[in-house]
Amino acid sequence: MSEPTNARRFAELALPHMNSAYSLARWLTGNADEAQDIVQEAYMRAFGSFAGFRGEAARPWLLAIVRNTTYSWLAKQRRAEFEVPYDDEIHGGEDCGGVESDAARLGNPEAILACADDARLVNEALQHLPVAFREVVVLREIEELSYKEISEIANLPIGTVMSRLARGRKLLLVSLTLQRKEPCNGM
Amino acid sequence: MECNAASGLLHAHIDGELAIGEAWLLDEHLRGCSACRARHAAAQSIHAAVSTHATRFQAPDGLLERIRDALPAARTRAAPKLTRFWYGSRFWMGWGNGAACAAALAIVIGIGIHLAQPNRDDRFAGEAVANHVRSMLADHAVEVASSDRHTVKPWFNGKLDYGVPVVDLSAQGFPLTGGRLDYLDHRLVAALVYRHRLHRITVFALPSRKGAERDTARTLSRRGYTVVRWSQAGMDLWAVSDVNARALDEFRALYLAEAGHAQ
Repeated sequence: MSEPTNARRFAELALPHMNSAYSLARWLTGNADEAQDIVQEAYMRAFGSFAGFRGEAARPWLLAIVRNTTYSWLAKQRRAEFEVPYDDEIHGGEDCGGVESDAARLGNPEAILACADDARLVNEALQHLPVAFREVVVLREIEELSYKEISEIANLPIGTVMSRLARGRKLLLVSLTLQRKEPCNGM
Repeated sequence: MECNAASGLLHAHIDGELAIGEAWLLDEHLRGCSACRARHAAAQSIHAAVSTHATRFQAPDGLLERIRDALPAARTRAAPKLTRFWYGSRFWMGWGNGAACAAALAIVIGIGIHLAQPNRDDRFAGEAVANHVRSMLADHAVEVASSDRHTVKPWFNGKLDYGVPVVDLSAQGFPLTGGRLDYLDHRLVAALVYRHRLHRITVFALPSRKGAERDTARTLSRRGYTVVRWSQAGMDLWAVSDVNARALDEFRALYLAEAGHAQ
Protein backbone atom coordinates (compact mmCIF):
# COMPACT_ATOMS: atom_id res chain seq x y z
CA MET A 1 0.00 0.00 0.00
CA SER A 2 1.45 3.34 -0.98
CA GLU A 3 2.14 5.78 1.81
CA PRO A 4 -0.46 8.41 0.92
CA THR A 5 -3.17 5.74 0.62
CA ASN A 6 -2.05 4.20 3.89
CA ALA A 7 -2.16 7.59 5.59
CA ARG A 8 -5.58 8.20 4.18
CA ARG A 9 -6.91 4.86 5.39
CA PHE A 10 -5.44 5.54 8.81
CA ALA A 11 -6.99 9.00 8.89
CA GLU A 12 -10.40 7.63 7.97
CA LEU A 13 -10.21 4.97 10.64
CA ALA A 14 -8.58 6.82 13.49
CA LEU A 15 -9.42 10.52 13.24
CA PRO A 16 -13.17 10.19 13.88
CA HIS A 17 -12.31 8.97 17.38
CA MET A 18 -10.23 11.96 18.30
CA ASN A 19 -12.74 13.22 20.87
CA SER A 20 -12.80 9.84 22.62
CA ALA A 21 -9.01 9.83 22.60
CA TYR A 22 -8.84 13.32 24.01
CA SER A 23 -11.53 12.66 26.60
CA LEU A 24 -9.71 9.58 27.90
CA ALA A 25 -6.39 11.37 28.10
CA ARG A 26 -8.07 14.35 29.76
CA TRP A 27 -9.70 12.17 32.40
CA LEU A 28 -6.50 10.27 33.10
CA THR A 29 -4.25 13.31 33.40
CA GLY A 30 -6.73 15.87 34.69
CA ASN A 31 -4.99 18.38 32.48
CA ALA A 32 -6.05 19.77 29.10
CA ASP A 33 -2.57 20.66 27.83
CA GLU A 34 -1.05 17.33 28.71
CA ALA A 35 -4.04 15.57 27.18
CA GLN A 36 -3.46 17.37 23.86
CA ASP A 37 0.21 16.47 23.76
CA ILE A 38 -0.56 12.89 24.64
CA VAL A 39 -3.22 12.58 21.96
CA GLN A 40 -0.84 13.89 19.31
CA GLU A 41 1.82 11.44 20.37
CA ALA A 42 -0.71 8.61 20.57
CA TYR A 43 -1.79 9.22 16.99
CA MET A 44 1.83 9.15 15.84
CA ARG A 45 2.37 5.86 17.62
CA ALA A 46 -0.89 4.52 16.25
CA PHE A 47 0.15 5.40 12.72
CA GLY A 48 3.51 3.81 13.35
CA SER A 49 1.90 0.54 14.34
CA PHE A 50 -0.83 0.74 11.72
CA ALA A 51 0.78 -2.04 9.71
CA GLY A 52 -0.22 -4.39 12.52
CA PHE A 53 -3.83 -3.25 12.56
CA ARG A 54 -5.98 -6.22 11.65
CA GLY A 55 -9.23 -4.42 10.93
CA GLU A 56 -10.66 -4.83 14.39
CA ALA A 57 -12.75 -2.04 15.94
CA ALA A 58 -10.75 1.15 15.56
CA ARG A 59 -11.84 2.97 18.72
CA PRO A 60 -10.71 0.38 21.30
CA TRP A 61 -7.50 -0.11 19.33
CA LEU A 62 -6.80 3.60 19.42
CA LEU A 63 -7.82 4.01 23.07
CA ALA A 64 -5.40 1.26 24.10
CA ILE A 65 -2.64 3.28 22.51
CA VAL A 66 -3.85 6.48 24.15
CA ARG A 67 -3.93 4.76 27.53
CA ASN A 68 -0.43 3.36 27.18
CA THR A 69 0.91 6.65 25.87
CA THR A 70 -0.60 8.42 28.87
CA TYR A 71 0.99 6.07 31.34
CA SER A 72 4.45 6.18 29.81
CA TRP A 73 4.27 9.95 29.30
CA LEU A 74 3.34 10.60 32.89
CA ALA A 75 5.69 7.99 34.31
CA LYS A 76 8.45 9.89 32.54
CA GLN A 77 7.39 12.95 34.47
CA ARG A 78 7.71 10.86 37.60
CA ARG A 79 4.07 11.05 38.51
CA ALA A 80 4.02 8.40 41.20
CA GLU A 81 0.55 7.09 40.60
CA PHE A 82 1.44 6.27 37.03
CA GLU A 83 4.82 4.77 37.86
CA VAL A 84 3.77 2.21 40.41
CA PRO A 85 1.33 -0.27 38.97
CA TYR A 86 -1.75 -0.57 41.10
CA ASP A 87 -1.69 -3.87 42.87
CA ASP A 88 -5.19 -4.98 43.69
CA GLU A 89 -3.88 -7.40 46.32
CA ILE A 90 -1.83 -4.85 48.21
CA HIS A 91 -3.94 -1.79 47.59
CA GLY A 92 -7.31 -3.48 47.24
CA GLY A 93 -8.18 -3.59 50.88
CA GLU A 94 -11.06 -5.43 52.40
CA ASP A 95 -14.37 -5.90 50.71
CA CYS A 96 -16.43 -2.77 50.79
CA GLY A 97 -19.74 -4.56 50.56
CA GLY A 98 -20.72 -2.83 53.76
CA VAL A 99 -20.33 0.55 52.14
CA GLU A 100 -23.21 0.03 49.79
CA SER A 101 -25.46 -1.17 52.56
CA ASP A 102 -24.44 1.86 54.61
CA ALA A 103 -25.16 4.13 51.72
CA ALA A 104 -28.47 2.44 51.24
CA ARG A 105 -29.21 3.12 54.88
CA LEU A 106 -27.83 6.66 54.85
CA GLY A 107 -30.23 7.51 52.13
CA ASN A 108 -32.46 5.59 49.82
CA PRO A 109 -31.28 5.43 46.20
CA GLU A 110 -33.53 8.31 45.27
CA ALA A 111 -31.80 10.50 47.82
CA ILE A 112 -28.40 9.53 46.50
CA LEU A 113 -29.64 10.21 43.02
CA ALA A 114 -30.76 13.67 44.02
CA CYS A 115 -27.21 14.44 45.05
CA ALA A 116 -25.83 12.61 42.10
CA ASP A 117 -27.89 14.94 39.96
CA ASP A 118 -25.28 17.57 40.60
CA ALA A 119 -22.98 17.23 37.61
CA ARG A 120 -20.24 19.24 39.25
CA LEU A 121 -20.12 16.95 42.28
CA VAL A 122 -20.15 13.85 40.12
CA ASN A 123 -17.28 15.09 37.98
CA GLU A 124 -15.24 16.18 40.99
CA ALA A 125 -15.76 12.83 42.64
CA LEU A 126 -14.68 11.04 39.47
CA GLN A 127 -11.57 13.16 39.06
CA HIS A 128 -10.57 12.40 42.64
CA LEU A 129 -10.78 8.65 42.22
CA PRO A 130 -7.38 6.97 42.19
CA VAL A 131 -6.44 6.54 38.55
CA ALA A 132 -6.60 2.74 38.63
CA PHE A 133 -10.33 2.98 39.36
CA ARG A 134 -10.98 6.13 37.38
CA GLU A 135 -9.61 4.57 34.21
CA VAL A 136 -12.00 1.63 34.37
CA VAL A 137 -15.00 3.78 35.32
CA VAL A 138 -14.30 6.20 32.45
CA LEU A 139 -13.92 3.41 29.92
CA ARG A 140 -17.16 1.83 31.08
CA GLU A 141 -19.41 4.81 31.78
CA ILE A 142 -18.14 7.36 29.26
CA GLU A 143 -16.73 5.28 26.47
CA GLU A 144 -19.31 2.53 27.12
CA LEU A 145 -16.90 -0.25 26.30
CA SER A 146 -17.47 -3.86 27.24
CA TYR A 147 -15.58 -5.58 30.05
CA LYS A 148 -13.63 -7.48 27.44
CA GLU A 149 -12.64 -4.31 25.59
CA ILE A 150 -11.68 -2.62 28.85
CA SER A 151 -9.55 -5.59 29.84
CA GLU A 152 -7.71 -5.35 26.52
CA ILE A 153 -7.23 -1.60 26.67
CA ALA A 154 -6.06 -1.52 30.29
CA ASN A 155 -4.22 -4.82 29.99
CA LEU A 156 -6.03 -6.37 32.94
CA PRO A 157 -7.76 -9.68 33.51
CA ILE A 158 -11.53 -9.34 33.23
CA GLY A 159 -11.94 -10.22 36.92
CA THR A 160 -9.75 -7.27 37.83
CA VAL A 161 -11.78 -5.00 35.57
CA MET A 162 -14.91 -6.10 37.41
CA SER A 163 -13.49 -5.62 40.88
CA ARG A 164 -12.00 -2.21 40.06
CA LEU A 165 -15.26 -1.07 38.52
CA ALA A 166 -17.25 -2.24 41.53
CA ARG A 167 -14.84 -0.60 43.92
CA GLY A 168 -14.66 2.57 41.87
CA ARG A 169 -18.44 2.86 41.93
CA LYS A 170 -18.50 2.20 45.66
CA LEU A 171 -15.94 4.94 46.26
CA LEU A 172 -17.99 7.34 44.16
CA LEU A 173 -21.10 6.43 46.11
CA VAL A 174 -19.38 7.16 49.39
CA SER A 175 -17.92 10.36 48.05
CA LEU A 176 -21.26 11.63 46.80
CA THR A 177 -23.16 10.59 49.90
CA LEU A 178 -20.65 12.07 52.31
CA GLN A 179 -20.20 15.33 50.43
CA ARG A 180 -23.62 16.44 51.41
CA LYS A 181 -22.78 19.31 53.69
CA GLU A 182 -25.66 21.20 52.21
CA PRO A 183 -28.95 19.84 50.89
CA CYS A 184 -28.88 18.59 47.34
CA ASN A 185 -31.16 19.60 44.48
CA GLY A 186 -34.69 18.60 45.21
CA MET A 187 -33.95 17.53 48.78
CA MET B 1 -28.37 -18.12 44.01
CA GLU B 2 -26.87 -16.95 47.33
CA CYS B 3 -26.11 -13.37 48.31
CA ASN B 4 -22.37 -13.91 47.98
CA ALA B 5 -22.69 -14.93 44.38
CA ALA B 6 -25.36 -12.33 43.67
CA SER B 7 -23.38 -9.39 45.01
CA GLY B 8 -20.49 -10.28 42.75
CA LEU B 9 -22.75 -10.09 39.72
CA LEU B 10 -24.65 -6.90 40.44
CA HIS B 11 -22.38 -4.62 38.46
CA ALA B 12 -22.12 -7.01 35.54
CA HIS B 13 -25.91 -7.12 35.48
CA ILE B 14 -26.12 -3.34 35.38
CA ASP B 15 -23.58 -3.28 32.58
CA GLY B 16 -25.39 -5.88 30.55
CA GLU B 17 -22.52 -8.32 30.79
CA LEU B 18 -24.48 -11.27 32.12
CA ALA B 19 -25.77 -14.04 29.92
CA ILE B 20 -29.54 -14.46 29.89
CA GLY B 21 -29.39 -17.44 32.24
CA GLU B 22 -27.23 -15.71 34.83
CA ALA B 23 -29.31 -12.57 34.61
CA TRP B 24 -32.47 -14.56 35.18
CA LEU B 25 -31.03 -16.29 38.24
CA LEU B 26 -29.89 -12.97 39.62
CA ASP B 27 -33.31 -11.41 38.99
CA GLU B 28 -34.84 -14.33 40.86
CA HIS B 29 -32.57 -13.75 43.82
CA LEU B 30 -33.18 -10.01 43.83
CA ARG B 31 -36.92 -10.52 43.84
CA GLY B 32 -36.57 -12.26 47.18
CA CYS B 33 -33.68 -10.40 48.79
CA SER B 34 -34.14 -6.82 49.89
CA ALA B 35 -30.53 -6.40 50.99
CA CYS B 36 -29.19 -7.28 47.57
CA ARG B 37 -31.91 -5.19 45.98
CA ALA B 38 -30.73 -2.21 47.98
CA ARG B 39 -27.14 -2.81 46.93
CA HIS B 40 -28.24 -3.16 43.35
CA ALA B 41 -30.23 0.06 43.49
CA ALA B 42 -27.26 1.92 44.97
CA ALA B 43 -24.92 0.64 42.29
CA GLN B 44 -27.46 1.41 39.60
CA SER B 45 -27.89 4.96 40.85
CA ILE B 46 -24.15 5.58 40.70
CA HIS B 47 -23.95 4.08 37.25
CA ALA B 48 -26.77 6.34 36.09
CA ALA B 49 -25.23 9.40 37.72
CA VAL B 50 -21.82 8.93 36.19
CA SER B 51 -22.98 7.92 32.74
CA THR B 52 -25.37 10.88 32.68
CA HIS B 53 -23.21 13.60 34.18
CA ALA B 54 -19.58 12.71 33.52
CA THR B 55 -18.12 15.21 31.09
CA ARG B 56 -17.42 14.03 27.58
CA PHE B 57 -14.49 16.27 26.82
CA GLN B 58 -14.22 17.58 23.29
CA ALA B 59 -10.83 18.04 21.72
CA PRO B 60 -9.87 21.71 21.56
CA ASP B 61 -9.74 23.61 18.29
CA GLY B 62 -6.67 23.02 16.26
CA LEU B 63 -5.82 19.58 17.57
CA LEU B 64 -7.24 17.88 14.52
CA GLU B 65 -5.13 20.05 12.21
CA ARG B 66 -2.02 19.48 14.29
CA ILE B 67 -2.50 15.73 14.06
CA ARG B 68 -3.18 15.90 10.35
CA ASP B 69 -0.13 18.10 9.83
CA ALA B 70 2.07 15.52 11.44
CA LEU B 71 0.87 12.67 9.28
CA PRO B 72 2.20 12.12 5.80
CA ALA B 73 -0.16 14.00 3.52
CA ALA B 74 -2.98 11.82 2.26
CA ARG B 75 -4.17 12.06 -1.30
CA THR B 76 -7.76 13.21 -1.79
CA ARG B 77 -10.18 11.98 -4.40
CA ALA B 78 -10.86 15.41 -5.88
CA ALA B 79 -7.75 17.55 -6.01
CA PRO B 80 -8.83 20.98 -7.18
CA LYS B 81 -5.93 23.16 -8.20
CA LEU B 82 -3.48 21.61 -5.80
CA THR B 83 0.15 22.44 -6.16
CA ARG B 84 2.92 20.28 -4.86
CA PHE B 85 5.88 21.67 -3.12
CA TRP B 86 8.43 20.70 -0.56
CA TYR B 87 8.06 22.28 2.84
CA GLY B 88 10.89 21.44 5.11
CA SER B 89 11.24 17.71 5.32
CA ARG B 90 7.59 17.04 4.66
CA PHE B 91 5.82 16.61 1.37
CA TRP B 92 2.80 18.84 1.16
CA MET B 93 -0.16 19.07 -1.12
CA GLY B 94 -1.64 22.46 -0.66
CA TRP B 95 -2.69 25.72 -2.13
CA GLY B 96 0.48 27.55 -1.34
CA ASN B 97 2.37 28.69 1.72
CA GLY B 98 -0.28 30.88 3.25
CA ALA B 99 -3.03 28.32 3.01
CA ALA B 100 -1.41 25.42 4.84
CA CYS B 101 -4.15 25.27 7.44
CA ALA B 102 -6.89 25.49 4.87
CA ALA B 103 -5.18 22.75 2.93
CA ALA B 104 -5.05 20.46 5.95
CA LEU B 105 -8.69 21.16 6.64
CA ALA B 106 -9.60 20.64 3.00
CA ILE B 107 -7.87 17.29 3.08
CA VAL B 108 -9.94 16.34 6.09
CA ILE B 109 -13.15 17.47 4.41
CA GLY B 110 -12.14 15.89 1.15
CA ILE B 111 -11.78 12.54 2.85
CA GLY B 112 -15.12 13.15 4.53
CA ILE B 113 -13.96 12.54 8.05
CA HIS B 114 -16.69 13.13 10.56
CA LEU B 115 -15.76 13.35 14.18
CA ALA B 116 -17.81 10.96 16.23
CA GLN B 117 -19.91 13.08 18.56
CA PRO B 118 -21.69 11.70 21.60
CA ASN B 119 -25.03 10.92 20.10
CA ARG B 120 -28.23 11.91 21.82
CA ASP B 121 -29.94 8.80 20.50
CA ASP B 122 -27.23 6.63 22.04
CA ARG B 123 -27.64 8.23 25.45
CA PHE B 124 -31.38 7.99 25.25
CA ALA B 125 -31.14 4.33 24.29
CA GLY B 126 -28.77 3.69 27.18
CA GLU B 127 -31.22 5.22 29.65
CA ALA B 128 -34.13 3.32 28.16
CA VAL B 129 -32.27 0.05 28.53
CA ALA B 130 -31.35 0.88 32.13
CA ASN B 131 -35.01 1.58 32.93
CA HIS B 132 -36.07 -1.61 31.23
CA VAL B 133 -33.53 -3.68 33.16
CA ARG B 134 -34.42 -2.02 36.43
CA SER B 135 -38.11 -2.74 35.86
CA MET B 136 -37.32 -6.42 35.64
CA LEU B 137 -35.93 -6.38 39.16
CA ALA B 138 -38.62 -4.29 40.78
CA ASP B 139 -41.68 -5.88 42.24
CA HIS B 140 -43.78 -3.47 40.27
CA ALA B 141 -42.88 -3.15 36.65
CA VAL B 142 -46.35 -1.80 36.07
CA GLU B 143 -48.40 0.58 38.16
CA VAL B 144 -51.56 -0.17 36.23
CA ALA B 145 -51.74 -3.88 35.51
CA SER B 146 -54.15 -4.62 32.72
CA SER B 147 -54.12 -6.15 29.30
CA ASP B 148 -56.91 -3.83 28.24
CA ARG B 149 -55.70 -0.69 26.53
CA HIS B 150 -58.97 1.03 27.46
CA THR B 151 -57.86 0.71 31.09
CA VAL B 152 -54.20 1.55 30.62
CA LYS B 153 -54.52 4.56 28.35
CA PRO B 154 -56.80 6.64 30.61
CA TRP B 155 -54.68 5.77 33.65
CA PHE B 156 -52.08 8.22 32.31
CA ASN B 157 -54.61 11.08 32.16
CA GLY B 158 -53.73 13.68 34.74
CA LYS B 159 -50.31 12.15 35.21
CA LEU B 160 -48.93 13.16 31.82
CA ASP B 161 -49.90 16.13 29.74
CA TYR B 162 -50.13 14.13 26.53
CA GLY B 163 -52.15 11.20 25.23
CA VAL B 164 -50.33 7.89 25.29
CA PRO B 165 -50.63 5.68 22.20
CA VAL B 166 -51.51 2.28 23.66
CA VAL B 167 -52.35 -0.49 21.20
CA ASP B 168 -53.71 -4.00 21.48
CA LEU B 169 -51.44 -6.54 19.85
CA SER B 170 -52.54 -9.63 21.77
CA ALA B 171 -53.80 -11.29 18.59
CA GLN B 172 -50.34 -10.88 17.10
CA GLY B 173 -48.61 -12.43 20.10
CA PHE B 174 -47.72 -9.28 22.02
CA PRO B 175 -50.19 -8.97 24.90
CA LEU B 176 -50.14 -5.84 27.01
CA THR B 177 -49.11 -6.30 30.62
CA GLY B 178 -49.71 -2.77 31.82
CA GLY B 179 -48.13 0.63 32.18
CA ARG B 180 -46.18 2.84 34.54
CA LEU B 181 -44.53 6.22 34.72
CA ASP B 182 -40.80 6.41 34.17
CA TYR B 183 -38.06 8.96 33.50
CA LEU B 184 -36.09 9.49 30.31
CA ASP B 185 -33.83 12.42 29.63
CA HIS B 186 -35.10 14.14 32.78
CA ARG B 187 -38.68 13.98 31.51
CA LEU B 188 -41.61 12.05 32.89
CA VAL B 189 -42.66 9.53 30.25
CA ALA B 190 -45.12 6.70 29.77
CA ALA B 191 -43.77 3.17 29.86
CA LEU B 192 -45.94 0.45 28.40
CA VAL B 193 -45.07 -3.15 29.08
CA TYR B 194 -45.78 -5.83 26.54
CA ARG B 195 -44.98 -9.50 26.59
CA HIS B 196 -43.82 -11.71 23.77
CA ARG B 197 -43.59 -15.34 24.83
CA LEU B 198 -41.11 -15.13 27.74
CA HIS B 199 -39.68 -11.76 26.76
CA ARG B 200 -40.64 -8.37 28.03
CA ILE B 201 -40.87 -5.37 25.74
CA THR B 202 -40.96 -1.93 27.26
CA VAL B 203 -42.25 0.88 25.09
CA PHE B 204 -41.43 4.41 26.19
CA ALA B 205 -43.63 7.07 24.66
CA LEU B 206 -42.99 10.79 24.75
CA PRO B 207 -43.84 13.74 22.55
CA SER B 208 -41.27 14.48 19.86
CA ARG B 209 -39.33 17.65 20.35
CA LYS B 210 -40.67 20.33 18.04
CA GLY B 211 -38.97 20.21 14.71
CA ALA B 212 -37.16 17.03 15.60
CA GLU B 213 -39.51 14.38 14.31
CA ARG B 214 -37.67 11.71 12.42
CA ASP B 215 -39.21 9.78 9.53
CA THR B 216 -36.93 6.80 9.60
CA ALA B 217 -36.97 4.29 12.41
CA ARG B 218 -33.68 3.30 13.96
CA THR B 219 -32.48 0.12 15.55
CA LEU B 220 -29.68 0.08 18.10
CA SER B 221 -28.14 -2.61 20.18
CA ARG B 222 -27.18 -1.70 23.74
CA ARG B 223 -25.60 -3.98 26.28
CA GLY B 224 -27.20 -7.03 24.75
CA TYR B 225 -30.64 -5.48 24.43
CA THR B 226 -32.30 -4.37 21.24
CA VAL B 227 -33.66 -0.86 21.03
CA VAL B 228 -35.92 0.39 18.27
CA ARG B 229 -36.87 4.02 17.96
CA TRP B 230 -39.57 5.41 15.74
CA SER B 231 -41.90 8.35 15.46
CA GLN B 232 -45.63 8.44 14.92
CA ALA B 233 -48.21 11.18 15.16
CA GLY B 234 -45.97 13.62 17.00
CA MET B 235 -44.63 11.03 19.43
CA ASP B 236 -41.26 9.35 19.76
CA LEU B 237 -41.47 5.73 20.78
CA TRP B 238 -38.61 3.64 22.09
CA ALA B 239 -39.04 -0.12 22.38
CA VAL B 240 -36.52 -2.08 24.46
CA SER B 241 -36.32 -5.83 24.68
CA ASP B 242 -34.00 -8.78 24.66
CA VAL B 243 -35.68 -10.17 21.56
CA ASN B 244 -33.66 -9.89 18.40
CA ALA B 245 -33.71 -6.90 16.07
CA ARG B 246 -35.92 -8.51 13.48
CA ALA B 247 -38.58 -9.43 16.02
CA LEU B 248 -38.55 -5.99 17.60
CA ASP B 249 -38.80 -4.36 14.22
CA GLU B 250 -41.85 -6.52 13.47
CA PHE B 251 -43.29 -5.31 16.75
CA ARG B 252 -42.64 -1.72 15.68
CA ALA B 253 -44.38 -2.26 12.35
CA LEU B 254 -47.39 -3.84 14.04
CA TYR B 255 -47.54 -1.03 16.61
CA LEU B 256 -47.44 1.60 13.89
CA ALA B 257 -50.14 -0.14 11.87
CA GLU B 258 -52.38 -0.73 14.85
CA ALA B 259 -52.03 2.84 16.11
CA GLY B 260 -53.11 4.03 12.70
CA HIS B 261 -56.36 2.07 13.08
CA ALA B 262 -57.08 2.87 16.69
CA GLN B 263 -58.16 6.31 17.86
